[in-house]
Amino acid sequence: MDKALIPEGVKRCPLPVFGLWMLVLFAVIAWGIYAGLTVLLKGLNVTGLNNYFGFGLYICVDLGIIALGAGAFFSGFLYYGLSRFFPQLKELHKIINLAVIVGFCCYTGALLVLLLEIGQPLRGWFGYWHANVHSMLTEVIFCISCYAIVLVIEFVPIILENRKLDAIKPVHIFGHNLHEIMAIFAMTGTFLSFFHQGSLGGVPGVMFGRPFAYREGFFVWPWTFFLFTLSAMACGPAFTAIICRIIEKVSRKQLVDRSVYELIGKIEGGLLLTYLILKGLDTLYWALDTAPGFGLKLSDFYQEPYGMWLLVAELGICGVIPVILLLTPQARKSNGLLFLAFFLDCTGIVINRFAMTVEALAIPVMPFDHWAVYIPTVYEWAPCIAMLAYGALIVSLSYRYLPVFPREPELNP
Amino acid sequence: MSGNAHSEHAAGKVRYGMVIDLDKCTGCGACAVACQQENNIAFRPDESNKLRTISWLTLYRLENGKDYPEHREAMLPRPCMHCDSPHHAPCTFVCPVNATVRDEHTGIVDHIAVRCIGCRYCMVACPYHARSFNWWDPKWPKTMEAMLSPEVSPRMRGVVEKCTFCHHRLNRARDRARINGEDPDGVEYTPACVEACPTGAITFGNLRDPHSQVAKLAKDPRAFRILEKLHTEPKVYYLSSEQWIHKQSDNDLS
Repeated sequence: MDKALIPEGVKRCPLPVFGLWMLVLFAVIAWGIYAGLTVLLKGLNVTGLNNYFGFGLYICVDLGIIALGAGAFFSGFLYYGLSRFFPQLKELHKIINLAVIVGFCCYTGALLVLLLEIGQPLRGWFGYWHANVHSMLTEVIFCISCYAIVLVIEFVPIILENRKLDAIKPVHIFGHNLHEIMAIFAMTGTFLSFFHQGSLGGVPGVMFGRPFAYREGFFVWPWTFFLFTLSAMACGPAFTAIICRIIEKVSRKQLVDRSVYELIGKIEGGLLLTYLILKGLDTLYWALDTAPGFGLKLSDFYQEPYGMWLLVAELGICGVIPVILLLTPQARKSNGLLFLAFFLDCTGIVINRFAMTVEALAIPVMPFDHWAVYIPTVYEWAPCIAMLAYGALIVSLSYRYLPVFPREPELNP
Repeated sequence: MSGNAHSEHAAGKVRYGMVIDLDKCTGCGACAVACQQENNIAFRPDESNKLRTISWLTLYRLENGKDYPEHREAMLPRPCMHCDSPHHAPCTFVCPVNATVRDEHTGIVDHIAVRCIGCRYCMVACPYHARSFNWWDPKWPKTMEAMLSPEVSPRMRGVVEKCTFCHHRLNRARDRARINGEDPDGVEYTPACVEACPTGAITFGNLRDPHSQVAKLAKDPRAFRILEKLHTEPKVYYLSSEQWIHKQSDNDLS
């Protein structure tokens, strides 16, 4: 029925099967919309947030998903910016479309969840109108919305490559011209992303009243600013690779050359190692100098349920292990180990975002205050899960109707 | 420190501050009740969840951790500290929409509820938990509506609120000074909590006026501030002759 819309030279599952999958996703999205509308109508009292946990699952998921969506800007930077100096990076062309689509899903999804996070959503535009130039959140608001627009612009030429749309001559010419200037948008996106990934790190880092989150830094930027940017670069393309692998598994096809995964593995391994070294130094300096300056020691920050296991999981299991796997050529050759490393890499970065936003608030600063525990409600889980379903929906539709993978027809004759 | 130590705030002649004598405080809670009434602070029929309560002035119970007969307790009223840290207070530094600002002529950290977008970044940044979020629409029993103060706007659901050092009383005092042909800057006024305290434990005034009672008490050997090591420079001082209370005022590695 929809054969005319499916790209030439590729096979897709029957429409009823795809329709059933769409129904499942729509059901999850509807559940999330119901929960989201409840939050908008009844207020944030239906969530697990309170006066101690001003930030919760919404912010944690937003920060996590934006870091994972960094594959769009970083792959674009590598492909459009650096591949002329390092020709082996041209390989990324085979996965760049997916990176843009995943980035688009992550950023637009994060913006939707962010709308629920603020108590007065109708005043969301105040961030542009009454902007406080000292606030890291102002930088986040400006850069994320600008970059979401850039991602829309980057997504448009991929949509216009649909067979039916491409058959319309003006649309074809418009899409072709957009492709020609895409490098400019990729570079603009890179510039914006460096700043907003960093400013997301600055959000906890500048809180000089919160010893767990506060970091010293360079000029107006705390070290978390740079660590968040670097960590996003170290996990974004890995997340794109995981999504690609999932599509391959579900469709039972090879969509990109294996060399692409290995290249991403090598790049991510190097970046994750650099990040781990810097994060380790940052943690040591914070634990041995910054925190004692505030009269606190490392063990003061880690108590159950937010125990030391979080630090071990973040930097050890999800840090050191993936670095070893990704930087070992034999491990990169094994699909199981390579994707295990990608998975651990992404998990570690999400744990980091959790620690800097939620765990940071559990710790009492006043000595006579108490530890607090945050448990999100279904009204927080549902929109976040629905956001993932929304991402799956966009990726599924794109895979079915757009030529996302240029090598697919050749790899699956 | 990154970002907050680049310029000193304006060295005006007025810095309103407070001194709370914990040796005199009985923990009766009159200050908190007066604050609640004066500032039209909303409450719920069930206030058992203290993490959702709106409270501009919270009473903390301190204990020395020893068993009877050495056991000691004290109550510590905690309003907003109106932090005087250079450049910005922890909360004003982070607010993305300039909804919370420090008036550099008075040192009072204010909050503009109608500009607040409810992102709660200020709550997260405040180490004293001096800020509360309006989780519900404010509602009062019908019979209480006539008792609301016309000088303080009730806050709507979805915004943050906090102690303003009864800013409306300052405005009233300034108006009175203007009418009397006096200088409105540096007028003396009394916040509701100070007025309500039956033991006179709370003193309020201009910390920069060396002749004021509050400035003298702030230099008392018994004086301390909470979390001095964070360099938030609170303008609320406490007095206590008990060393164990002093010890609990800040984190200490020893």
